[in-house]
Amino acid sequence: MNSYRNLIFESLANTAADLLSIVLVLAFFQAVILRRRLPHLGRLLTGLVLVAVGLGIFLVGLEKCIFPLGKAMAHQLSDPDFLFGEAGLQAGSGPASYAWAIVFAFLIGFTTTLAEPSLLAVALKAKEISTGAISPWGLRLAVAFGVAFGVALGAYRIIAGTPLHYFIIGGYLILMVQTYFSPNYIIPLAFDSGGVTTSTVTVPLVVALGIGLAANVSGRSPLVDGFGLIAFASLFPIMSVLGYAMIGSFLAKRKTGQG
Amino acid sequence: MKKTILRKLWHSFVDVAPILAVIIFFQVFIIQKPFPNLLENIMGMFLVVGGLFLFVIGLETALFPLGEKMATQFMDQGSVFWVVLFGFSLGFSTTIAEPALTVIARKAGEIAVQDGAITQAWEADFILGLRLTIAFSVGVAGALGVYRVLRGWSLVKLILAGYALIVAVTIHAPKEIIGIAYDAGGITTSTITVPLITALGVGLATSIRGRNPVVDGFGIIALASLTPILFVMIFGIVVYGARGG
Repeated sequence: MNSYRNLIFESLANTAADLLSIVLVLAFFQAVILRRRLPHLGRLLTGLVLVAVGLGIFLVGLEKCIFPLGKAMAHQLSDPDFLFGEAGLQAGSGPASYAWAIVFAFLIGFTTTLAEPSLLAVALKAKEISTGAISPWGLRLAVAFGVAFGVALGAYRIIAGTPLHYFIIGGYLILMVQTYFSPNYIIPLAFDSGGVTTSTVTVPLVVALGIGLAANVSGRSPLVDGFGLIAFASLFPIMSVLGYAMIGSFLAKRKTGQG
Repeated sequence: MKKTILRKLWHSFVDVAPILAVIIFFQVFIIQKPFPNLLENIMGMFLVVGGLFLFVIGLETALFPLGEKMATQFMDQGSVFWVVLFGFSLGFSTTIAEPALTVIARKAGEIAVQDGAITQAWEADFILGLRLTIAFSVGVAGALGVYRVLRGWSLVKLILAGYALIVAVTIHAPKEIIGIAYDAGGITTSTITVPLITALGVGLATSIRGRNPVVDGFGIIALASLTPILFVMIFGIVVYGARGG
């Protein structure tokens, strides 16, 4: 129990420091520049405390439940003994032998993104200002699918050894074409999603997976290849959100065309 | 009241449930080994759900209203300078306090000493310089993002210009700094900053006539993941010198 108490204190101290810097800036502008009182000040302060405490507790829970299990599995799933059994590595066993690791990469990318608190915040805001036209679950599923695809492709890349920049440059080209054809309203939201997804929940698990894979596949460097996954995980959700909106507007057009 | 609380708790559980399902599935069916610390894992799960629940309540009672209220107050006051400075301060101060950034900066400092790029005596200055550079770059993104909302500029053009600049600078940047630079782009926006900045942008776009909050309000976060890449590479060029050829 003692370790819990220490962890919670440490975690709360971190989020409190984060919050304090924000409160100082807000207080300065409120008192010196705007010189106005905020309405419902007590309520706002209580809410800020809830944010810090909630985030602190959330992080401790991740540390105790999700991270150790996820990381242990990432190592296990990329372990040659597990993948190839007692016989060891067969000659000619290509990327296909790592199928489970790739499936796991996809699922971990997908599920961690759904639990990402900052993405939840952006999705709630998007729903509010679009008066419900952008559904929070639709947006989050689109982002989660993008991250999942990115992480799975990244895992495949580590195994196959294709240079990172081919994918990144190719990705940016696709992104430009998509941006040109996408409905206007989704573009800022799509690019914001790319920045928001790689956060508290996703990064530690995905990096653990990348390092585990890179350490077990010969010829890969954990330092270089472990981080490539993060770049993928922030590029592909932009594409998937744009794609989601393109499909949506295509269907809407066809409907009105027929009706 | 009781009902909404229960509903929110349920939502938080639904958000976390997929990860649990995947982990349990793999553990039971693929790996076929018992959970190493079952009791601890169950307690951790309660903390995850409870923490997310409190965060969402705080989000709706504090972070969103704060961002919006500040936005309308700034618009009433009518000074572009102060609201742009506010965007800068918010980005700068939250980034300088970010623990993940401190870790990355320290690692980069160690590597720079090992490579012989700087002497041991300069390591502390290098780390501080890197942290200030990244915080400054997020501040610039905040200021630029707010200014863009006020002016109604197209985000796509800004981002394309940003990519072009990044490619141009990457060609000249020393290779020691490139990895750090691209990582810095991913870690800079903290979970508390994102909702506040989003609410600020949307609030500003809502209070200016002729702006569409969906098109003009989002996009500050997107800029905040570009500017650190650019500025850290420039920092690298200043410290290491430009790459020849």
